[in-house]
Amino acid sequence: MLAQEFMRNALVAGTFVGAACGLIGYFLVLRAQVFASDALSHVAFTGALAAAAFGVDVRVGLLAATVAVGIGIGAIGERAHADDVTIGTVFAWILGLGVLFLAIFTTESSAGNGTAAVRVLFGSLLGLGRGDVELATAVSAVAIAGVVAIARPLLFASLDPLVAAARAVPVTLLGLLFLGLTGLVAAEATQAVGALLLLGLVAAPSAAAHELARGPYAGLALAAALAVGCVWAGLALSYEIARLPPSTAIVAVAAAVYVAAAAARRIRGARAFT
Amino acid sequence: MTTDAAVFQGLSWNLASDVRQLFAFHFMVNALVAGTAVAVLAGSIGWFMVLRRQTFAGHTLAVIAFPGAAGATLAGLPLLLGYFGACVAGAIALAGVAAGRGGGHSRESAATGTVQAVGLGLGFLFVQLYHGLLNGLQALLFGTFLGITDVQARTLVAVTAVTLVVLALAARPLFFASVDADVARAAGVPVRALSLGFLLLLGLSVAATSQITGALLVFALLVTPAATAHRLTSRPVAGLALSVVLGLAVTWLGLALAYFSIYPVGFWVTSLAFGAYVLVRLPRR
Amino acid sequence: MSEAVRLEDASVELGRRVVWEHVSLAVERGELVAVLGSNGAGKSTFLHVVLGLLPLRGGTARVLGRRPGEANAWIGYLPQRRHFDGSVRIRGVDLVRLGLDGARWGVPLPGRGSEARARVREVIDLVGASAYAERPIGALSGGEQQRLLIAQALVRRPRLLLLDEPLDSLDLTNQASVAALVQRICREEGVAVLLVAHDANPILGYLDRVVYFAGGTAVAGTPGEVITGETLSRLYSAPIEVLRTGDGRVVVVGVPEAPFVHGRRHDD
Repeated sequence: MLAQEFMRNALVAGTFVGAACGLIGYFLVLRAQVFASDALSHVAFTGALAAAAFGVDVRVGLLAATVAVGIGIGAIGERAHADDVTIGTVFAWILGLGVLFLAIFTTESSAGNGTAAVRVLFGSLLGLGRGDVELATAVSAVAIAGVVAIARPLLFASLDPLVAAARAVPVTLLGLLFLGLTGLVAAEATQAVGALLLLGLVAAPSAAAHELARGPYAGLALAAALAVGCVWAGLALSYEIARLPPSTAIVAVAAAVYVAAAAARRIRGARAFT
Repeated sequence: MTTDAAVFQGLSWNLASDVRQLFAFHFMVNALVAGTAVAVLAGSIGWFMVLRRQTFAGHTLAVIAFPGAAGATLAGLPLLLGYFGACVAGAIALAGVAAGRGGGHSRESAATGTVQAVGLGLGFLFVQLYHGLLNGLQALLFGTFLGITDVQARTLVAVTAVTLVVLALAARPLFFASVDADVARAAGVPVRALSLGFLLLLGLSVAATSQITGALLVFALLVTPAATAHRLTSRPVAGLALSVVLGLAVTWLGLALAYFSIYPVGFWVTSLAFGAYVLVRLPRR
Repeated sequence: MSEAVRLEDASVELGRRVVWEHVSLAVERGELVAVLGSNGAGKSTFLHVVLGLLPLRGGTARVLGRRPGEANAWIGYLPQRRHFDGSVRIRGVDLVRLGLDGARWGVPLPGRGSEARARVREVIDLVGASAYAERPIGALSGGEQQRLLIAQALVRRPRLLLLDEPLDSLDLTNQASVAALVQRICREEGVAVLLVAHDANPILGYLDRVVYFAGGTAVAGTPGEVITGETLSRLYSAPIEVLRTGDGRVVVVGVPEAPFVHGRRHDD
C-alpha cells in the first residue's frame, strides 16, 4: 500500500490535516461551536467556486474566504463567541453566494468542472500531488502551532470568560483568532475529506477525546491522535474495499470511535467509582 | 430559464406592468405560490427553531435528505420514501442527543455534527455505488424553483397548511417547554415528547419542501427571517407574525428580482434576508 | 499601605444611567466586608469597578495601592452564578489550575509544574473539596462547585478576594459552612474580602463591616452602624424599619421596589 505515491501523499497530508482538525475540534466541541466549522466548510466551497468563477487559484480563494468569514462571524458574535443563530444566518447567505457563483461559473465554462465541485465537496485525498501535500502540510503546521500557542488562555476564556477577563486574558481577541484558525483548518481539511465531511473529522474524534481524557491538555493531545488514527484507518479501509471512498471511510471510523468512547464512559460511570 | 422574447419585456419601472409581467407566466405563478407556502411554513417553524437554539439541527435535517434520496435510488425504492425516511431518522437521532437538563450543548453540538457527517458520507457512498452523478445533490441543495409544476405547488400548500395546524395546536406548550423546560416539566408539559415531536415536524416539513425548492432556500428561510424577528421583539405572537411577514417579503421580492435579472433566486432571497438581518443588528454595535 | 480598597467620592454610570455617586469607603487588609443592597443598586458594579472592568465617572479609586485593573494579579474573583455546561467534562482540579496559570500562553509542559500541582492540591484541601475535585465540575452540587470556585479564586494567594453572591444557590447548611470558610481564610491568610450578598443574615456573625448600596449611593460602617432604621431610611429616603429577632437575625422592612433598569447584559 505504501509503495504507491498517491497513498504516501494521502497519508502525509492526512496526518497533518488530521492533527490540525483534532486540535481545533477539541475547542470547537468545548465551546459548542461545531456549527461554525460546518459553516466555514461550506464557505470553503463557495470560496472555491468564486475563485473558479473569477479565474483565481482555487486554493487561494478557498483559504482567503474561509479565514475572512471565520473572523467575520466572530466579529458579529458577542465576545467573539458566535452563537448558532448568527452562524446560521451568515451560513445561509454564503450558500446563496455559492448559488450565484455556481451560476456564473457554469455559464462561463463547460461542464466537466462538475468533478471539481465533487472534489471540493467530498474530498480528493487520493488525488493529491506534491504541491498539494506541501501546501496542506504547511498550512496545517501553522494552524497546529497557532492552536498550541493559544491553548491555555483559550481554555480559560472558553470555560470561564468572566474570571479570565478579570485576569486580563484577551477573551474577544482569542475568540477571533480561534475562528480564523478554524477557517484555516476548514480550508485545508476540505482537500482531504471535502467540505461536507469536514465535520466528521473535526467533531467526532474531539468529542471522543472529551469523553475519554481526564485533563484538558491530555484531551487536546488525544483529539489530535484520534483524528490522525481515523485518517489512517479510513485510508486503509478504503484501500482494501474497492468501492468505499476514503472520505466516507474516515468519517465512518471517526463516528464509530465517538460512539465507542461515549459507550465506554457510560459503562465506566455505571460502575460508579466516586 | 427560457422566456418568450416577445412577452418578456424586462423591468419597465412601472410597478403595475411589472407585477402583471410576473403573473403572465404560469411557471412564475407556481413559483410564487410555492414560495409563499414555503415562506409561511419556514417562517413559523423557523421561529421556534431559533427560539429553541436548534439552528444546527435544522441545517442537518435539511441536508440529511441527500443520503435518503441516494439510498432510495440505490435500493430502487421511491424517492419520497428516501427523503422522508432519512428526515425522520435524522430527527429521532437528533432528539436523542439534544441538550437536556443541565446543559449538554457541547455534546449536542458534537453529536449533531457527527450525525450530519455520517449522513453525507453515506450519501456519497450510495451515489458512488449506483454510479450516479451528483446532479441529485445539486438539485437538492439548490432546487428547481423556476420549474415547479401545479401538483408540486399544491403539495406545498397542503404541507404548509397541515404544519400550521399542528403548530397552532402545540404552540403554547411548545413555547413554554422551549423557554423554561424545568418549570414546564413541573407543570405537566411533556417536554421530551414535544422535543421529539418538534424535530419530527421540522424534519418532515424540510423533507417536503426541499425537494421542490432546494434545501438551501429552505434553510435560509428557516433561519434568517426568524433570527431577524427575534432581534426585533421577544413577544411570541408578534415575533411569529414578523418572521412570516419577513419571509414572505424576501421571497416575493427575491422571485421578482430573479425574474428581471440574470441572477438566481437562491442568491436574491438569501441576500435580501441577510441584508434585513444585518440592518437589524447594526444599531447594537 | 494597609488598605485594600479605597474609594473617594466615586461615581459610576452604566449607559447613561448613574448607578451610584458620592461613595467614599475604605477596606482594610484582613477585613471581611459585606456588600449589601437591593437588586440593581450597584453591588456587582462596585466589584467591576474594583477589577478595573468599569471606569469611574468621577472620584478616585485605589485598589491595593494602584489604579483599578493594575493589581488584578493579586485579586481573586468569584463572579455571580457561573454555569458550567453539563456535558463539559473539565474537572475541578483543572479549573483551579487555570486560576493559577490560565492566562499564560502555550501549554504547560508535562515534566515541570510540580510546584503548581502542589499549590493546587493545597488550596483544594484548604476549602475542603479534596473528595470530589477529580470529578467533572458539571456533575457536582452547588455547594461543591462553589468551594472549588473559591479555591480557584485563592490559588494565587490573593490579597483581596471578591465574592459575588457566593451563597446564592446554597442551602442553609452550606451557606453556614462556606461563610465560616471565608472567614477562616480571611483571618488565617490575611486576605481582605468583599462579599456581595442580598441577605446579610447568613454572614452577620462573621462580618467586620458592611457597605450598603441604596438610593444611588452607599454607606460604610459596622453592621451596628449601618443596618439601622435611621441609616437605611436616610439611604432609601423612605421609612425603613430594622427588626431584630430573638435569635439575632435581622429583618429589614419597608424597602421600596427596586427600579427596573436596563443594565449591562451579563453572561449567565
